[in-house]
Amino acid sequence: MKHATRRTVGLALTALTGLCAFVIVAVLAFILANILEGGAAGVTWKFLSQPPSDGMMGGGIFPAIFGTAALTLLMTVAVMPVGVLTAVYLHEYAPPNSLFARWVRVAIVNLAGVPSIVFGLFGLGFFILFVGRGMDRMFGHEEMYWAQPGILWASLTLAVLTLPVVIVSTEEALRAVPMDHRTASLALGATQSQTLARVVLPGALPGILTGAVLAISRGAGEVAPILFTGAAYFLPDLPTHLNSQFMHLGYHTYVMATQSPDVEATRPLLYATVLVLLMLTFALNLVAVIIRTRTRRKAASAH
Amino acid sequence: MEQGLTQTAFAPALSPTARRRQLREKAIAGFITLMAFTGIAALILIIVFVAKEALALFTDPAARHEASFSKMFLAQDVPPGRPPFRWQPVSRIPKVSMIPLFVGTLKTTVVSMLVAVPLGVFGALFAAEFAPRRMRELLKPVIELLAGIPSVVLGFFALMVMSTVVKDLFHFDRPLNAMLAGLGLALAIVPVIFTVSEDALTSVPRSYREASLALGATPWETAWKVVLPAAAPGILAACVLGFGRAIGETMIVLMASGNADVISWSLGDSARSLSATIAAEMGEVVVGSPHYSLLFFIGVQLFVFTFVLNLIASTWTKRVVRKLTGGAA
Repeated sequence: MKHATRRTVGLALTALTGLCAFVIVAVLAFILANILEGGAAGVTWKFLSQPPSDGMMGGGIFPAIFGTAALTLLMTVAVMPVGVLTAVYLHEYAPPNSLFARWVRVAIVNLAGVPSIVFGLFGLGFFILFVGRGMDRMFGHEEMYWAQPGILWASLTLAVLTLPVVIVSTEEALRAVPMDHRTASLALGATQSQTLARVVLPGALPGILTGAVLAISRGAGEVAPILFTGAAYFLPDLPTHLNSQFMHLGYHTYVMATQSPDVEATRPLLYATVLVLLMLTFALNLVAVIIRTRTRRKAASAH
Repeated sequence: MEQGLTQTAFAPALSPTARRRQLREKAIAGFITLMAFTGIAALILIIVFVAKEALALFTDPAARHEASFSKMFLAQDVPPGRPPFRWQPVSRIPKVSMIPLFVGTLKTTVVSMLVAVPLGVFGALFAAEFAPRRMRELLKPVIELLAGIPSVVLGFFALMVMSTVVKDLFHFDRPLNAMLAGLGLALAIVPVIFTVSEDALTSVPRSYREASLALGATPWETAWKVVLPAAAPGILAACVLGFGRAIGETMIVLMASGNADVISWSLGDSARSLSATIAAEMGEVVVGSPHYSLLFFIGVQLFVFTFVLNLIASTWTKRVVRKLTGGAA
């Protein structure tokens, strides 16, 4: 083949790869445009601040927003210390070539690949039926108190699910703290834990926050793990106890989309709910991206 | 620390404060190590507690009778005209064949792979090889954004918007079918395949490209015959990872597939996947019943499938690095 032909064929095929990238972006743009168009009119202050009414045919989604927020808050409280300290172990404390550290890494990689529905089964089997029953027996509850779906168990299930997200981004943040800072601190006579608390962790804070934000956005959108660990179809009251069931934006979307008696009538409400959920996760992802690029730029200019 | 900057005490006579300090350091290090055990513990607890609830299928005589291995995996004697494989665990005579679920899972997964692999890999090739820097820097966060869409939103989108388009386009009888679920799944796994492939492609050393171009190859030939083969294990890993995601993904299939336990290879028929079956039925099941154990048994299978796929994928991604660095890493 002549060089010119080869070049033309190459250009055509290159254009094909460009088309693939374009299709992905176009699909994303279409999804966003569709949901924005369908939902924008429905997102009013009334919609955000009121509970559903008329058997989900009217009203707002305040309990679902509250439930999602409470759920992810509890999840964050549970996952952050464990995730950050695991990353600290892997990056700061693990001896070089440690077999244990390698096993921890293998476990984390595989934990990230476990299907979300299996986390739901785990939450039911471990937290509700094992821990919950055990607690009921211990505290002498006659009726089921802990051994039932509730916000605590759902958020702990999500905490296990988001653990890899936190560990990976925290480790990246620790890697960005220059080694000189640690050696300088140790040379001044600080112990390793003092160095960690006053030099390393503050330096890695933006990256750690990124991890938290990413975990929250992931956790807020997951529905499969909370299907049988605490989400409820409709509740007139907000969750007040750790064992209360709760409403959730994603679960609300699923229920309204698949089990509504009149899909046409609920469509505007449904679109508005999806828009709120999507905006929430996007806003969180955007914050994460901004923090990350700013930290990277800062780290790059520091070297 | 990687360089091992831990302090080692060498002086035999330590003052009481120094000894207390050393003790505290040890305690902190121990606590942090203990925390690191959580990941391993979580993985072990997941398999133990999902398997534990499925165990009754092997130990409890009633469950063993209702859901024996032959009933789950082999054809059953049925009156002529009835399908030999059925999943109807709540009918008067429970039928518990897993085969329709396998077929449904495979059908939706294969559709999603056929769409997502070319899109993801070619898109990644474009981003890594041909796109101007500015465009690449825009492309990556946009695809991350796609990865950030909750799967329930993708399921909603498939159900509300894509279903009529797909039905009209392929002249299907049903709005909810395997094709729709597969296309919805593709949206969820394209970002995975794109990101991992792009990583593998960009880690191919520049010298490979320069050598190829210097020998007179065109940019496309360089990308296709040099860069892509060099990154092949990583790209295969990306596909395996995407496959695992597609098998385990729940909400999209639950909302878009129609959930009928038919065995048919037609993409216009509805399909019932393993994960969606758990999601749809666990809510109403009696705790401890054979049906309940069956759903956990499906969970065990999903766990094992995805675990194996993840192990394969992580070995392959490691292989790219080793290959490209000539065994130095």
